Amino acid sequence: MLNKEMTVAEVVAQLRDGMTIGIGGWGPRRKPMAIVREILRSDLKDLTVVGYGGTDMGMLCAAGKVKKLIYGFVSLDFIPLEPFFRKAREARQIEAMELDEGQLHWGLRAAAMRLPFLPTRIGLATDQPSKIMPQLRTVTSPYEDGEVLLAMPAIPLDVALLHVHKADRLGNTRLYAPDPFFDEQFARAAQRCYVSCEELVDRLDSDETDAKCNPFERNLVSGVVAARGGAHPTSNVSTHGDGYGWDAAHLKRYCAAADEDGGWAKYADEFLGGDEAAYQRAVGGRDAIVNLPRQVF
Amino acid sequence: MSVATTMPDFSLAELLICTCADVWRDDGEVLATGIGIIPRLAQGLAKLTHSPELMITDGEAYLTETPVTIGAKNQEGRRYGGWMPYSRVFDNVWGGRRHALVGPVQVDRWGQANISCIGDFASPKRQLLGLRGFPGNSINHTNSMFVPNHSKRVFVDGEVDVVCSVGYRKERWPAGVKHDYMRIHRIVTDLCVMDFGGPDHAIRVVSLHPGVSFDQVQAATSFPLLRADGLAETAHPSAEQLAVIRQLDPKDIRSRQLKDNPPGVRKAA
Repeated sequence: MLNKEMTVAEVVAQLRDGMTIGIGGWGPRRKPMAIVREILRSDLKDLTVVGYGGTDMGMLCAAGKVKKLIYGFVSLDFIPLEPFFRKAREARQIEAMELDEGQLHWGLRAAAMRLPFLPTRIGLATDQPSKIMPQLRTVTSPYEDGEVLLAMPAIPLDVALLHVHKADRLGNTRLYAPDPFFDEQFARAAQRCYVSCEELVDRLDSDETDAKCNPFERNLVSGVVAARGGAHPTSNVSTHGDGYGWDAAHLKRYCAAADEDGGWAKYADEFLGGDEAAYQRAVGGRDAIVNLPRQVF
Repeated sequence: MSVATTMPDFSLAELLICTCADVWRDDGEVLATGIGIIPRLAQGLAKLTHSPELMITDGEAYLTETPVTIGAKNQEGRRYGGWMPYSRVFDNVWGGRRHALVGPVQVDRWGQANISCIGDFASPKRQLLGLRGFPGNSINHTNSMFVPNHSKRVFVDGEVDVVCSVGYRKERWPAGVKHDYMRIHRIVTDLCVMDFGGPDHAIRVVSLHPGVSFDQVQAATSFPLLRADGLAETAHPSAEQLAVIRQLDPKDIRSRQLKDNPPGVRKAA
């Protein structure tokens, strides 16, 4: 029988310099941070990172892993601008393909359907085609309307990295989040998809209601990783109880590092010197992580 | 008893909440999205007063008929009528069933707005939020803007540094590009309310907040403004509106949104 269980180290061993890596979640929510931390510890470089970014993109920029970002935004929500992303942009350290949030969805969807582009009005009459993405082109509707539309190019991914609540060793997954965001599109746009989860079981055999919480099929999943608390410092809220909020204190500590000389090196030294278990000890322990209260809006 | 003593006392923040709420009047069943504390209170106020048919969210992923209290400790007692994950927000955007009240960093005379960066995109002086949803929102549905710091730095000369949301500049709409779905309804600032109801969608001032003069607004704007016919004073909050605002914001978080929490009626300069 299939067994797709992997460790974070085994996942990162599959990655190569220069790859295009899509990361699920949204800002400070449900990022596969245990896998991202393993990338931070690796020698990988020149990555193109795609997503609705938060600490994932900020930390990868800080650690010099990024050649290019393809992003709908890079934000921590209560801290509107990711500070290490801002620094990387203002220092011109990275290439920036700045997208409308919906365009990113559309680009992933085009890749998922193996199309070169999908038409949209989004981006027309703005500065995006001239100043941000001169490679953008328009298409004219072949029908009577003759409308001119922007051809949003596909964003194919070498790899997608996602974090969910539950998975089994066959690659079935369960997502109990209030908002699944666009994780499904990342999974479909990627050649290979690695999913970390709060709980890994041999086999998910659930009722109809629970089966509807399956965000995408197992034939899209190349590997599953057990990573309880693995979204920290981002949140992993669950409508089935058992979720956790983001760690606002830790995120503030991390953002403050962007204002210090050598701040990132200090942060990395304090939190990334050992493995994931060491990380969890350094931030107060796994129990503290999974009991972080959910944010209220 | 003089009239003055019976009028409710109100802060500028409360005046702006009421003025912002008004942007959704007569919109029907659209998704109303106010971003930030004052716009969020405004969407709740609109729903609980003149526009109960509006759809609003709990600030996360659900639709609620009862606007949530700002600053609540937990989710207790919240009830939901529907589900509104971001994928459905996009569907509402693309289908035109939304009216957002957004907070731009720069706005030009054509209503084009910037939240991407200050300076050249290739070498920004200051990276801001990025395009976020501005291109898609602005070309697909009605938008209004909230600018709590009306100044020449916001209302710039020429075009904004990066045009993120579309406006009424003709040169940007070549033949074949459909602009039928875009509309900028109003801009609410800390000084006045503006719209694009002038000739060829020229921007004009439609009401002045209490104690503010047209000249003061013009002096804080880098491009020429028109005076709307019937330019009047912005309506003061009613006692009923103020009661709803207190109910939605029992911890008075609104008082911390504008520097020094100025009064709603400002002394003439």
